Amino acid sequence: MVYLTRKIEFSASHLYHNPAFSAEENRRVFGKCNNPHGHGHNYVLEVTVAGEPDPATGMVLDLKELKEILQREVTDRMDHRFLNYEVPELAGQIPTCENIAAVIWRLLEPRITRGHLNRVRLYETPDLFVDCYGEGNGAGAPAGGGR
Amino acid sequence: MKLHLWRRYRFSASHRLHSAQLGEDENRRVYGKCNNPYGHGHNYVVEAAFSGPVDEATGMIANLADLDAFVEREVVEPFDHKYLNEEIEEFRAHVPTTENICIEIFHRLTRFPRARLERVRVEETGLNSFEYAGEPAGATHE
Repeated sequence: MVYLTRKIEFSASHLYHNPAFSAEENRRVFGKCNNPHGHGHNYVLEVTVAGEPDPATGMVLDLKELKEILQREVTDRMDHRFLNYEVPELAGQIPTCENIAAVIWRLLEPRITRGHLNRVRLYETPDLFVDCYGEGNGAGAPAGGGR
Repeated sequence: MKLHLWRRYRFSASHRLHSAQLGEDENRRVYGKCNNPYGHGHNYVVEAAFSGPVDEATGMIANLADLDAFVEREVVEPFDHKYLNEEIEEFRAHVPTTENICIEIFHRLTRFPRARLERVRVEETGLNSFEYAGEPAGATHE
């Protein structure tokens, strides 16, 4: 099994606010992330696909194809967007790194037709990131915990 | 959905690699310049991964304010700007290699009450790093 990882970046804004909470509770739970005007990040996404290289091409999947999938499913949807209002897949959810990573997993997983999606790693900042392994059906060993 | 929340922390500390189980010559041979009796220091980076259900009300595995306060109290405050050999109890008995630092930090962070610790990664410098995910079920760790 070989694991290949492709990285992209996108920039987007968001805010954390739960309408079921009072204004004071929102401020207490979410802190400065509750600023009603929102704020933004340069997100870095690392997508890992696992599979056996095709004997004819030597590739797990064509990186060009993966690049196009990431452009269509992630960049076109999320880059330079206000995630709360402009990404329907996040409607009704707080757009935390956890929830965005899970949405990206669900968008990508059915599009990867050669090999299989192994891990989605989403950096909100260099100091905060989330790994998503889907439903964790145990398909293959996870990519290394490090870079 | 299986998710791991990773958070990165930093501390700077000094240490000396010297084993009481080895002679002076052997210590010098094994540890080289890291055996310098005056010690030396590093800017350490710690990454910790936690898992658990994502709270629907907050979208979070763990509130970062809670997590940061916990890690600050358990690791950053006791380790930062300290001489690890003398000022961390564990390293009076064990050599403070980054392997052992990684294991000690893992044990400290398993006490976080709001999520399950999955893995700890420690960079001693940008060129070397160590990871520890606990022992497999049934195994014992000395």
